[in-house]
Order: sequence, then C-alpha cells, then structure tokens
Amino acid sequence: MPDLPLAEAPARTASAAGGEILSVANLEAWYGESHILHGINFSVNAGEVVTLLGRNGAGKTTTLKSIMGIIGKRSGSIRFNAQEMIRTSSDRIARAGIAFCPEERGIFSSLDVRENLLLPPVVRQGGLSLDQIFDLFPNLKERLKSQGTKLSGGEQQMLAIARILRTGASFLMLDEPTEGLAPVIIQQIGHTIARLKKEGFTILLVEQNFRWASTVADRYYVVEHGKIIDGFANSELQANMEKLHAYLGV
Amino acid sequence: MQALYAQLLVGLINGSFYALLSLGLAVIFGMLNIINFAHGALYMMGAFVAYFLLNLFGINYWWALLISPLVVGIFGMILERTMLKWLTGLDHLYGLLLTFGLALIIQGVFQNYFGSSGLPYSIPDQLRGGMNLGFMFLPIYRGWVVVFSLVVCLATWFLIERTRLGAYLRAATENPTLVRAFGINVPRMITLTYGLGVGLAALAGVLSAPINQVRPLMGADLIIVVFAVVVIGGMGSIMGSIITGFALGVIEGLTKYFYPEASNTVVFVLMVLVLLVKPTGLTGRAA
Repeated sequence: MPDLPLAEAPARTASAAGGEILSVANLEAWYGESHILHGINFSVNAGEVVTLLGRNGAGKTTTLKSIMGIIGKRSGSIRFNAQEMIRTSSDRIARAGIAFCPEERGIFSSLDVRENLLLPPVVRQGGLSLDQIFDLFPNLKERLKSQGTKLSGGEQQMLAIARILRTGASFLMLDEPTEGLAPVIIQQIGHTIARLKKEGFTILLVEQNFRWASTVADRYYVVEHGKIIDGFANSELQANMEKLHAYLGV
Repeated sequence: MQALYAQLLVGLINGSFYALLSLGLAVIFGMLNIINFAHGALYMMGAFVAYFLLNLFGINYWWALLISPLVVGIFGMILERTMLKWLTGLDHLYGLLLTFGLALIIQGVFQNYFGSSGLPYSIPDQLRGGMNLGFMFLPIYRGWVVVFSLVVCLATWFLIERTRLGAYLRAATENPTLVRAFGINVPRMITLTYGLGVGLAALAGVLSAPINQVRPLMGADLIIVVFAVVVIGGMGSIMGSIITGFALGVIEGLTKYFYPEASNTVVFVLMVLVLLVKPTGLTGRAA
C-alpha cells in the first residue's frame, strides 16, 4: 500500500478538532406505509470512524439513507455542522459535504469507469486528486475504459468509494463496504479506511462484520427495531462481546 | 432509375424527421419515463413559430432554426414543471394520457385559428434551386435538411454519450436518486431534458415547414409513424433511434418505388414483426 500524500489534509482537519459534526435526534423514517425508524439518537465527532451494528432489517441502511435525504418520509432532527438537514433535499445535503456509498454500490452500467469516477461533482476544496485515488486503488487506473459494471465486485466497491473521495466531502457514509468480497479485498478496504481516517475524514460505517469493523472503528452503536439500543467505544469492545453476540445473534 | 433515386431522397428526408423526433422521444423517455404523445403537436408548434417569426416579425428562416426550438423548448419546460412533474413514479399510462390530452388541446387551438389547410413557408433564398448530380437532380433544400438533421442527431448523440453533462444524464436515467445524492439537481436536469427533446421536435418542425407547409395536424400525421419507429428501434438507445429513423425513412422510400401500395404500411408491418420477434426493439434494453 503506497503512502498517501498528506498535502490536502489541512482543509479537512481544520474542522476536525474533534467536535460533534453530525447529531441525529429522534429520527423517524418511513418506506411508504411501513415505519422503519422509531427515534434514532446518536452523534459522530469530526475525525471519528463510527460503526452502526445490528441485524438485517434493523434500520442501519435506512438511517444512512435518511441522513442522505433519499428516504420517502422522515422526521426528527439531523444536524450536520450545526445545520438542520431534516427538510433539506439530497442534492443540497451532498453539497453540504456528506457523501454516500450505497450498499448495492450504485455503479452505473451506461458509464465507463472514468465517467463513474468523475460523476459526483466536486462540492468543496480538499478532495483527493485522481493521482491520489490511483495510489489508493491502482486497479482502477488500468480499467478506466471498461464499462462500470464489468468490474469485479471488489473493484466496483473500490470505485464506489473512490468516486466520493474526489468531491471534497469530509463526511463519508459507507454502507457495508465489505459485503460479498474476498478476504484480501476486505483487508485492502480496511487499510483504505484507516488511511482516510488519518487524512481527517469522518466516516459513518454500516457493517455486519464487527470483527473487521473493530480494526477501523472508534465507536459503535447497536441498532435494533429502528432504535439505537446501545453504544460503546472500541476499547470497550471485548467487555461488550457477550452482549454484542446476543444483539447480533451470532 | 431517376424515380428510384428521387424516392430514396424522399425517404432520407422523412428519415431525418423520424430520427429527430424519435431521438427526442428516446431522451425524454429515458429521463422522465414518459411516452411523450405531445411530441407531434410540439413539432407542429415549431413550424408555426417559424411561420409567426417570418410573417409577424420578419425574422428569417436561419434565426427561426435557433429561436423556434428555444421558444417551444421553454414552452415544453413549463409543461414539465406544471404538469408532467406530478406524474413522477406513476405508471406510463398516466403520462401517455396526459401528453395525448395536451396534444389534442394544442392541435385544437391551432385548428381553431388556422383551420386544417396548410400555410405556405418559402424556402430561404440561399437554399433555393438544385444541383444536377448526374444520376439525379437534387433540390438543395432537401439535401440541406438531410445533412443538417444528421449533424444535429450526431451532435445530440455526442452530447449524451461523450460529455460530462451526458454522463449525468445517462447516470440519472439509471438511478436518479443516487445521482441526486451526489449533489446534482436532478429535477432541474429532468426539466432541461424535456426542453431538449421538445426543442429537437420543434427544430424538425422548422425544417419541414418549407417542404410540407405549416398545418395544425402536420404532427398528428407524422407522430403515428414516429412511434412505430420508436417501437422498432427500441426506447433505450440514442444511436439506435437515429439509425432506425433514417433506415425506416429509406425503407419507406424504397417501398414507394417497388410496391407503392404498401408504402404507408411497411413501417407498421415491420413494427409488428419486431414486436413478435424482439419486443424490446432492435436496440432497446429490457424494460
């Protein structure tokens, strides 16, 4: 893994003094008639990696989608950089500096790899340059002309992460970035997240694989039935292992 | 032989209009999921705007090529913002019914004032006359229509398939929610896309004014064939709709030469065959 040049870091670390960057309160959300989130409360500090854990269908993905503003109906409060976002449209949320990497990756088949990579517009200064991105994900550089969906699952995941690093957004939401990937690629994604954290990015992660998550996360929240039922720091993980097994049913 | 070439030329000209119109329909369908039945009426409006520009303001053909698509495009964008927008997420049928109703209203208004007969629009001086190519006589205006349409079609293809703006459009056709979550104002893009598709129809209307006269029902007659072209070509592909448009114009022209009785039905026979064999159209993607 080549070292990422740190030249761009100050733009992000300026806001990364450790203060609260995202605060979610009483968040409720609906898919059509079904009520999915029943009052989510949690916060993320600048520069942290926070992981949402929970069973399938607990509401983790819906929480990310609600923050991104791409859910049918939501209520409560989502404050990002002290700005209320609950009524903001998703394009403005993105322009405020939140970037989202969806679980299904969302690689566009009618775009080649380069077009996929350049698709999200730059929303502010301080994003990674293409060279820095190719340093992180050398595979992508060789496949720029390929159709986006012709990449392997691992490469698609890298592309999905890579394209949001260009935009200058400093708050990244990654939904199950390791799902369905080979262990060696999962490891590479772990390294990438660790490097991004060092760079000053704040990351909100949804993950089923908490053993992997424990290699990158600072804190955890446990989601169940559309509520946050527990939260602890990475240092408390061992002490909470038994509880966690019960929550996740593993 | 002369007659064959003449019919080929007529075919290419009709093909130009088919291509410009089906291209607009394909772009609109991709982005708005709406089968735009008002397309023929907007094509007719394009010709009428050119007519008004010339007769009320003395603005010539060349400016009409620019102004008319803009005016009709803006009219289309107003339709999108005030009506079509509310159909997002509903079944195709609603969009089809709404735009069909709009087409009837627009055509009815024009018929009310101008009847059904044609208004003359003369060929601009620079494009009068013809050239003897040796094997046939080519009226310059007709040659111009074919070449200009081809250039516009290819430019539109380039815009959509090869530029950054086009990448937004293609991506938003696939997954508008995610594209919006990247910070792109997708609703505004949808409005502009409708304006673009409708503007192409208006441009075809201006091009056809000196050939076919300006009539309130000129679009209604044409749009039926254009929909058959779209069904044959498939809704999904930009290049597909261009090629199918020109190809079917030529096939129609050839039929006029070899078996004139079938020239009005050949496109529909092909449509039935394509629907039986490949229901998504020759170049279309599965719905």
